[in-house]
Amino acid sequence: MALLEVKDLRTSFRTEDGIVKAVDGVTFSVEKGQTLGIVGESGSGKSVTCLTIMGLNSRKSAISSGEALWKGKDLLTAKPSELRGIRGDEMSMIFQDPMTSLNPVHTIGKQLVEAVQLHRDVTTRVAKARALELLKAVGIPKAEGRIDDYPHQFSGGMRQRVMIAMALINDPDLLIADEPTTALDVTTQAQILNLMKRLQEEFGSAIIMITHDLGVVAEVADDVVVMYAAEVVEHAKVSDLFNRPQHPYTWGLMGSLPRLEVDTDRLVQIPGQPPSLLRPPNGCRFHPRCPYVMNVCRTENPPLAASERDATHLQACHLDQETKDREGSKLVEATLAGAG
Amino acid sequence: MATAQEERQEMEVRGDELLVVDGVKKYFPITRGIIFQKAIAQVQAVDGVSFTLRKGETLGIVGESGCGKSTLARCIVRLLDSTEGRIMFEGRDITKLSRVAMRPIRREMTMIFQDPYASLNPRKRVGFIIGEPLEVHKLGTPAEVKTRVQELLEVVGLNPEHYNRFPHEFSGGQRQRIGVARALAVNPKLIVCDEPVSALDVSVQAQILNLLKDLQDDFGLTYVFIAHDLNVVRHISDRVMVMYLGQVSEVASRDQLYKEPKHPYTGALLSAVPIPNPELGRQRESIVLEGDVPSPVNPPSACRFHPRCPRFVEGHCDVEEPPLYPFGEGHVAKCHYPLERWPMTAAEMRRREATTREEPVQA
Repeated sequence: MALLEVKDLRTSFRTEDGIVKAVDGVTFSVEKGQTLGIVGESGSGKSVTCLTIMGLNSRKSAISSGEALWKGKDLLTAKPSELRGIRGDEMSMIFQDPMTSLNPVHTIGKQLVEAVQLHRDVTTRVAKARALELLKAVGIPKAEGRIDDYPHQFSGGMRQRVMIAMALINDPDLLIADEPTTALDVTTQAQILNLMKRLQEEFGSAIIMITHDLGVVAEVADDVVVMYAAEVVEHAKVSDLFNRPQHPYTWGLMGSLPRLEVDTDRLVQIPGQPPSLLRPPNGCRFHPRCPYVMNVCRTENPPLAASERDATHLQACHLDQETKDREGSKLVEATLAGAG
Repeated sequence: MATAQEERQEMEVRGDELLVVDGVKKYFPITRGIIFQKAIAQVQAVDGVSFTLRKGETLGIVGESGCGKSTLARCIVRLLDSTEGRIMFEGRDITKLSRVAMRPIRREMTMIFQDPYASLNPRKRVGFIIGEPLEVHKLGTPAEVKTRVQELLEVVGLNPEHYNRFPHEFSGGQRQRIGVARALAVNPKLIVCDEPVSALDVSVQAQILNLLKDLQDDFGLTYVFIAHDLNVVRHISDRVMVMYLGQVSEVASRDQLYKEPKHPYTGALLSAVPIPNPELGRQRESIVLEGDVPSPVNPPSACRFHPRCPRFVEGHCDVEEPPLYPFGEGHVAKCHYPLERWPMTAAEMRRREATTREEPVQA
């Protein structure tokens, strides 16, 4: 049994302008010890997917349907008290912004101890020892001296380490990281990514890594889900996705990246803007921006299905297999040409 | 500094430099007291930066947050007054000019800001925002301004009919286009772009980068392009300057900097960039720097990079400040023990080989 199985998850928000379908039929599963990358631009629904799984959406405005089976138990219908037992214990989350995710009026030691004592019946002394152990594990220098410091006394990278320590303190089976390195500099990002890889080997947790950076995904993920306008457009193993991309949106994303290893005079740009989720386009949601658009794309939304070549490579596009293979390999060749 | 002076002489012969920045420093005082304020320390945000910029060239400036790249940008366009040093624009020292004397020069150099949400006045219509620089410089009648604004909207790829809309009606990428149009309005020679694409999604980022390149070709613009993303800087720049803690670490042509970096900091930065290719990316071992950027209030002695440097030599790097050693073709790096080749693994970087490096040129 998969650790987490998400089936046809849908989340809508009631707003003044109408109903926004932020997540519209997302299906994936995460196995033990696996890293799943979710890529997409802002507003594609990747964060909302994870907030829904964690039960962190506002109960007033969000409407969810579908299933999110955690070890066989549906999280969407679970009672708040049951969710509280799972959250932070078996399943935890690292948020994007380390500046605002810690409480500024408590020391980090106190916040870490609280995370332990919510789920374990242990004395403060034991909890504090555990907190110290984790702070050392995430590489905070002189952890003994810093455990009683306040968040503002730490730099951005160090605060993100504290967040990771807090997320890992109860040995979770699944760690959801929502853009954990977006707010950080490249050198700090490299430190944090290395740290997460090392801790995964050590603790054996599964990770869902949400990011907009294809480079980060290529370095850490086993499987990748590409989201566009609230839907999954492609889902494949990381090497398949980068070597045989099947969806025009994925091609666009890859082509629009300026790269260190390749000379490009002009970037491939995806024309236009991502659509409004209040009134998503009919048919395939990518069709107004797609250079390969056909008549069928305007009326019928392609289902997420296995590609003809490979049953594990899921994609949602009407193009025939030959065109996809040709265009996909053209792009991969172009980006590999200068790599040498 | 010897090399800077030499470079300057070289420039004077050529005579096509648009901007010469010479030993610019910007210190911000930290004060104590309310009525009797007394400076107790200084943040050395920019500490002795020199470079020249030729017409039509793009200089990329990279560095981590807090390295002083934005402060430098603001000093160049004189939104901040530099503490020391000279900034020469078209051969004229602009650091000491009065507001009135500065005004005609402000037509020649404009700026594009990082945050497309905060840099446009939400209460003004797009037509006013783009037309305001024209009014300030009294360029044309209201009717002429309107025609010009509509022309500009078209140039940056927006619909001229959107003249009467408010900024909130546009998406992030479109707003950044408005920022670009505003910077272009007075036909400047130099545009200082301060992280113009870092707030945008990749597909939109590509649109803006392509637009900036097209505009450069069409109008012969010169850019100072500041970013923390090395991929973006490589894509747009002719020359790249790497900054660390307010100082220049390395300057080189784009190809040299990315193919043969000399400064260990540049090497570490390059190796830390994630590569969107699973095979290449996982083979490569990134050189992970320990610790954080030190505080610019009390920077480390001599070479400012020495506490984090994998090639640190005690008794040399922390005692003697390295000058900008030349490596030919305008490539300079501020390091006593430059990298012999590239790429290198972290272990190779620590093991120094006997180098045959040119001695710094004496003044």
